[in-house]
Amino acid sequence: MRWMDRLRMAMISLFWRRRETERLDAEMRFHLEQEIAERVRAGATTDEARRAAMREFGNAAVLRDEARRIWSWGWLEKLARDVRFGTRSLMRSKGFSITTIGVTALCIGATTCLFTVVRSVLLKPLPFRDPERLVAVYEHFRNQQPYNPVAAGDFLDWRAKTHGFEDMAAWQHTSFNLSSERNELPEVARAAAGSWNLLSVLGVEPALGRTFREAEDRVGGDAVVMLSWSLFQRRFGGDPSVIGRQIRLDAKPHTIIGVLPSWFTYPESQVQLWVPYASVMSQQELERHDDHGSWVIARVRPDVSLKNAMAAVSALQYQMHMQWLGAPVAEDANSRPLLEDVVHDVKTPLMVMSCAVVCMLLIGCLNVSNLLVARAAARQKETAIRGALGAGRAAVIREQMTETLIICAAGGAFGLLLAMAGTRWLTSRWHDLPRADAIHVDGMVLLFTAGVVCVAALLAGLLPALSATSKSVAVALQDSSRSVGGSVSKAALRKMLLTAEIALTVVLLIAAGLLLKSFVLLRTTELGCATDNVLTMAYSLPVKQYVTPEQRVVFTEGLLDRVRRLPGVRAVGLVTEVPGEGWGGDSVFTIPEHPIVDQEHKIDVDALTRMADPGYFSALQIPLIEGRFFDSHDRLERADRVIVSRQLARQFFPGESVVGKHLSVEWNGKVAPYEIVGVVGDTVYSVGEPAKATMYFPMLSGVGGHQMTLVVRTDGNPLTYAMAVQKQIAAMDPGLPVVDVLTIPQIVGQSTLNANFSATLVLLFAGLSLLLAGVGLYGVLSYLVTQRVTEIGIRIALGAQREQVLGLILRDGLRPVAIGLAVGVVGGAGIGFVIRSSLYGTKPLEPLVFIAMVATLLVVAAAACAAPAWRASSIDPMQALRTE
Amino acid sequence: MGKPNDLVQGTLGLLILKTISLEPKHGWAIAKRIQQISNEVLQVQQGSLYPALQRMEQQGWIRSKWGETETGRQARFYSLTAAGRAQLEKERTMWNRLSAAVDLVVES
Repeated sequence: MRWMDRLRMAMISLFWRRRETERLDAEMRFHLEQEIAERVRAGATTDEARRAAMREFGNAAVLRDEARRIWSWGWLEKLARDVRFGTRSLMRSKGFSITTIGVTALCIGATTCLFTVVRSVLLKPLPFRDPERLVAVYEHFRNQQPYNPVAAGDFLDWRAKTHGFEDMAAWQHTSFNLSSERNELPEVARAAAGSWNLLSVLGVEPALGRTFREAEDRVGGDAVVMLSWSLFQRRFGGDPSVIGRQIRLDAKPHTIIGVLPSWFTYPESQVQLWVPYASVMSQQELERHDDHGSWVIARVRPDVSLKNAMAAVSALQYQMHMQWLGAPVAEDANSRPLLEDVVHDVKTPLMVMSCAVVCMLLIGCLNVSNLLVARAAARQKETAIRGALGAGRAAVIREQMTETLIICAAGGAFGLLLAMAGTRWLTSRWHDLPRADAIHVDGMVLLFTAGVVCVAALLAGLLPALSATSKSVAVALQDSSRSVGGSVSKAALRKMLLTAEIALTVVLLIAAGLLLKSFVLLRTTELGCATDNVLTMAYSLPVKQYVTPEQRVVFTEGLLDRVRRLPGVRAVGLVTEVPGEGWGGDSVFTIPEHPIVDQEHKIDVDALTRMADPGYFSALQIPLIEGRFFDSHDRLERADRVIVSRQLARQFFPGESVVGKHLSVEWNGKVAPYEIVGVVGDTVYSVGEPAKATMYFPMLSGVGGHQMTLVVRTDGNPLTYAMAVQKQIAAMDPGLPVVDVLTIPQIVGQSTLNANFSATLVLLFAGLSLLLAGVGLYGVLSYLVTQRVTEIGIRIALGAQREQVLGLILRDGLRPVAIGLAVGVVGGAGIGFVIRSSLYGTKPLEPLVFIAMVATLLVVAAAACAAPAWRASSIDPMQALRTE
Repeated sequence: MGKPNDLVQGTLGLLILKTISLEPKHGWAIAKRIQQISNEVLQVQQGSLYPALQRMEQQGWIRSKWGETETGRQARFYSLTAAGRAQLEKERTMWNRLSAAVDLVVES
């Protein structure tokens, strides 16, 4: 009961503070009146009675304050007073307030924004059941690929023959032509083929319908499909009666059995539909151990450690390796937590950006701190007078800290708005950011911002507040009346802060420079083919509709012929993957003429596989090195010819003539020797990767089931031809969807987008930091010059030359710059090694970057020093001495 | 005037609790009562009553209620709570022990 009484009183004194104060006053007034009345009754005059009563009563104002202090929440009142006072004094110096609030808003905003992204992407658990027990399992090629995609045969054996995991599931990328059912446009849908138990391993229930049955996940099983929520909404209007209906994928009817929940975006949000794992493979493919194209997820059993479970899988894998010795079958298996697997590609860039942003926050705090020291110097007299009037040091520090806190809180509030806008921008611009749809500002982020505000206030405010109040009142009062060499210690403090600021800026600049250089290198990589004025677009011929090789060849030749005849088209070709588009596929091969001698790559006897038509190489201006291109005789059953890349010739036929030799490859389901008819120049499959040995098979063989990319070289801007070319395709087959209408720079741009992104952002942070450092330097020097006007005046009056004064001030300003630079360069060297994995073709200690960045900083520093130094050197001694 | 001496300050609480233990009283009446009963010996500075009352109310020993005086004016009447009654007993015991001890020292 007692605590309830107390609570009630606390509430009353908090919420009815004014009423309670009035009551207290009324009570005291009543007391006095009673006392006066009594004295008057006893015979005193009214005046005498009043005086006597007041004397008896004591100082009413003091007593009232004493009584109020007893109420809880005294601290709140004190805080409110401090805040009121701080706001008033900040309002008085608008320039200072706007600058500091702007700086903190920027820094806190950027930090919050990055935190929001990092938390949602890297830290939040995956939205599955017991997500910490999910791992991704990979094949492990010793000395080569620690995390290699898994062959279907490996997966099926792991699942059947080891028992360390609760269950294992696998999936593969695939895509389908989605035919129109009710006059929608045909489209190509990205899809995934998942094993029947995938959703139960993840612990996900479908939003509608059911998941796959084991019997459906078989070669020749029922054709069934599950829709993603977005496809369900977009193409079927969210109508639940689609369950049980049929849709045609690659012209083959599939029954819709379920719809996935809207939040389910694994492995990526672009996957539109799911089919059973085995439905996209033949029985033979399903049993292969050397065709690595699946991703495997496993759920750890609660009673078995991950280590033991993986040991069993690895042992089994080693047996398979020994069984197929010579074939590319991995020796081991490897695993990593599923969360880490999902975010693997973005972890380093995100960490780099976070570090950059923390650096910027520190620089911002140092800058505000610097401004506060300057402000404290200007308010020295005020502080001294307050001290003289009885304010304790703690009270003055508290007031100054409150002021800093107000600045940071205002900055934090604006920063939060900035962060919300920034987060939205970041997620929309960041290509393929995993879990991007889960990113939003929530309570945790608000809490984080509040924390950052407090830390920033402490960082920025404590040092200036302590130093401003360190002097005794008498010294401070004396000091402020003299201005010659008045506050050397304060200048020293500011220089120290400035040194730290510059060191951090240099580190940031170097990191940004390294990232930028790698990005530029990436963008200017030679693809090995023509890149200007080339239009590409992709389609795939459904095998159900174009059944025989002849039908496919007729379509191909007809299309090429139509496009070639368009005005403005210089050349046209057809290929399965254009350079820069990605890995595509690869195959292992042997050479009938001699065993493979390859010292460097003992296991790596595979080459990328492409199909190309006779016109492809000339269309993309890929040079012919030896032999000939394909011609129209290399078709159908006479298509047992192959063209190899220069890298393949160099790697597997060193010092030999290649043309006329053979490659024995499994292609189109059968192993056969292919005669090499030509050698062409190398192209890279992905920007930033070295050229890989490549085999080109004749397109006119009519092999089906591949996505084709049409390559059109044009006069002038290629995109203006897109419509005309698409019309030709529609004229041949109106139901055939076309995707990825792009130019080569666009294809390259997509794959380097993320490198571009992190380089741009870090550069932005570095640029802002440079600006902050420049402003800080300018501020310190201007302040120093103002402090030393008299001294400089005397020097000039005594005969010092203008150049000497100029030099004096410049030296003063550039000393912290030099020290900061030295520290920063050391830090920059360290940071280079930390971000090594995000660099391409750039050494961590790239001299060019270091020199360029140091020079940039020096230029900015010199510019920031020049104005104050010039002002100092043009001081008129007469005036300077008179103003004193 | 002058501050009430420390002894009185320390026992002001006890005096107030005792004074209102019989019936609810307003501030002025409490002050008068203390003066009367102590034969004007205990000169409590009248105003210092109010911070003490506030403190005791915050502690939950007394509670206050607005009511009418015999002359028909509005005043705040203080009365003891159960906790206050316990506190009164505690302070009374303390005081007895203290005054007995002082007696012993002074009279020996």
